[in-house]
Amino acid sequence: MRAAVITFPGSNREGDVARALKQAGAAVVHAWHADTALPGGTDLVVLPGGFSYGDYLRTGAIAARAPIMDAVRSHSARGGLVLAICNGFQIACEAGLLPGVLVRNANLRFACKRQHLKVERCDTAFTRAYAPGQVIDVCIAHGEGNYICDAGTLARLENNGLVAFRYCDAEGQVTMAANPNGSLNGIAGIYSESLNVLGMMPHPENLIEHLTGGIDGKGLFDSLLGRIRAA
Amino acid sequence: MKARVTVTLKTGVLDPQGKAIEGALASLGVDGVSSVRQGKVFDIELSGNDQASAHAALTTACEKLLANTVIENYRIDLMA
Repeated sequence: MRAAVITFPGSNREGDVARALKQAGAAVVHAWHADTALPGGTDLVVLPGGFSYGDYLRTGAIAARAPIMDAVRSHSARGGLVLAICNGFQIACEAGLLPGVLVRNANLRFACKRQHLKVERCDTAFTRAYAPGQVIDVCIAHGEGNYICDAGTLARLENNGLVAFRYCDAEGQVTMAANPNGSLNGIAGIYSESLNVLGMMPHPENLIEHLTGGIDGKGLFDSLLGRIRAA
Repeated sequence: MKARVTVTLKTGVLDPQGKAIEGALASLGVDGVSSVRQGKVFDIELSGNDQASAHAALTTACEKLLANTVIENYRIDLMA
């Protein structure tokens, strides 16, 4: 697995996600936003977290128009894998890789805390190392993570199983109290129609070692490297 | 030529910032405000003087960058 982590001006999680990918066994190359082509042999494109362009205009809006993004769209259209985390999710929505948009958290507060997520399905390239319905404990750190879309898009996401993760409590209950930002239906992450693009607000790359609080994020990177959970 | 582009949230899209401003106005004792919606204004200077091509360029600007048409509407006003 060869992963290209793209750095935009203002990205700040590219090092952490590269570390998580390397730990899982991926070969990681860094790509720059102004490049017009992805590194040769790229299997996975990662749009990392951060504050690209200082969140000017709208979060992710300017990064979504960066030169490299045409290559990312072509990669996605060919069925290539794209992992978009936090600001990367905002960029992916603005770039049209995923539907909908992430707006200001409903309570207007920057949310920086541990957060439980329900893994909605475990048959994708991103989640096959998790157990069905598993509740994982990861981190969130965002001010604009409130996922919204029109009613038709929401119905399509729900009916086609394109919701990847939902905010929940420790017992896996998806409730308003467990929803940190007001996202529709507690949506924390979504897939593209053909399941090759995953956008998510939480940071799985933060939780890959016991030293730093847990390993619940490791499953995502192990999934990408093709490791299936032992029964 | 000068132009002003106004970007506003579509009806039905929640605007927590507008709501917070609405609450702040009420707490300041500004009476009679029933609703606040926050938007953005872009004042743009164009090099040419042709109205039609200016309008076309600004429409492209809005569709490609200035507005996210999933949640926002835009209005273009050309000024002499």
